[in-house]
Amino acid sequence: MARKVRVLIAKPGLDGHDRGAKVVANALKDAGMEIIYTGLHQTPEMIAESAVQEDVDIVGLSILSGAHMTMFPRIMELMKEKGAEHILIFGGGIIPAEDMDKLEEIGVARIFGPGTDTGDIVTFIRERFPEE
Amino acid sequence: MAERPGIERLLELFAEGKVAAAARLITILENGGEDAERVLDSVFHKTGDAYRIGFTGPPGAGKSSLLNRLTGRFREKDHRIGIIAVDPTSPFTGGAFLGDRIRMQAHSEDPEVFVRSLASRGSLGGISNCTDEVIDLMDAFGKDMVLIETVGVGQSELEIAEKAHTVVVVLVPESGDGIQAMKAGLMEIGDVFVMNKADHEDAESAAREIQDTLRLKDIPAGEWEPRVILTSAREDTGIGELVEAIEEHRRYLEAGGHFAGIRRKILRSRVRNALMDRMERRLRQSAGVRDLLEQRMESVYKGEISPYKVVRELEELVSIQ
Repeated sequence: MARKVRVLIAKPGLDGHDRGAKVVANALKDAGMEIIYTGLHQTPEMIAESAVQEDVDIVGLSILSGAHMTMFPRIMELMKEKGAEHILIFGGGIIPAEDMDKLEEIGVARIFGPGTDTGDIVTFIRERFPEE
Repeated sequence: MAERPGIERLLELFAEGKVAAAARLITILENGGEDAERVLDSVFHKTGDAYRIGFTGPPGAGKSSLLNRLTGRFREKDHRIGIIAVDPTSPFTGGAFLGDRIRMQAHSEDPEVFVRSLASRGSLGGISNCTDEVIDLMDAFGKDMVLIETVGVGQSELEIAEKAHTVVVVLVPESGDGIQAMKAGLMEIGDVFVMNKADHEDAESAAREIQDTLRLKDIPAGEWEPRVILTSAREDTGIGELVEAIEEHRRYLEAGGHFAGIRRKILRSRVRNALMDRMERRLRQSAGVRDLLEQRMESVYKGEISPYKVVRELEELVSIQ
């Protein structure tokens, strides 16, 4: 059995809108990937632990609440503590351009803004994890 | 991207109890091949102690929510829990949406609860082909109880019956009309039947219907009589009774000496299946077999020899022993 790309899609924090996360999850599933979706209101600890237990290749965070500058670094730090610093992280949601740059500087692989074509996200992941 | 450790290093980290290493080894098992065999070869001597409980039933019956509740009770009893949650792989795209964790959040920060979502990856039996191997790994990792949730099943996806010590069939009042139809499948594999969503007005009559269906079966004296339990995962009722029924079934297996028998049965079937897979692969790859087939099929097409004649010739060619 060939390896499959495994992706965790998570919704950290308090906002209750997961339509975007589900659209992305669905597009990645249709592209042949295995998507683990954990639902709303996740703490950074829950997301990091899920990513580690599921041994995903990459984590996608959907953040609309404005908490992105604390969420991304915290989750990355926790994954590192758990010995999973190799797991990539990307995000989407309402995130100002200057913050996007800062996040990419600290190692977030990519931030996708509103209106992104899901095909771009599929391509972005495929390029990093070609299926064998 | 950080360099990933090799298998030897992963096995060391695994022995030290590192979850990330265990998770990576599970991925290796899932992907199969030589690496998977190497992992199994080195952890197998640490397996055989975990109690395996399978949960199966139609989609939407509340299996994940029930597992979430049960895990809480088992943790109170200091069990270390591994959970394997299987969801279907799309036969069209090969992708999968694994959503069982959504309803298993209560324990997502408890280090003694290890949840792994598996995609069925083409297996039709309601679980993944590597379920046995993943159970082994969790067992070797020190989990003394492994809970396996199948994909939402209908009548024929019954493979879990061959993997678990106790099979819990989870139904809901809406399954009522289907119970008759399920007599030949799901109804035969349950050691414990759960009528979930007990707050539903038809729950009690549906539970009675299951009980009636079960009574039709002739169970010899001294053998296990399946229990029927009413629960509500949402309201957290009936969970204690379910724990009791599972533990009672476990005591029955242990007292009757069935426990060792189940392990032997599981292992025999694993050896058989692995052997068949290996032989099939070798046959497919054998140049001699391919050439002979090529040569003789023309005669079969023309009706000169029967398909069985070719098979006899092939058998001579590959004769084992």
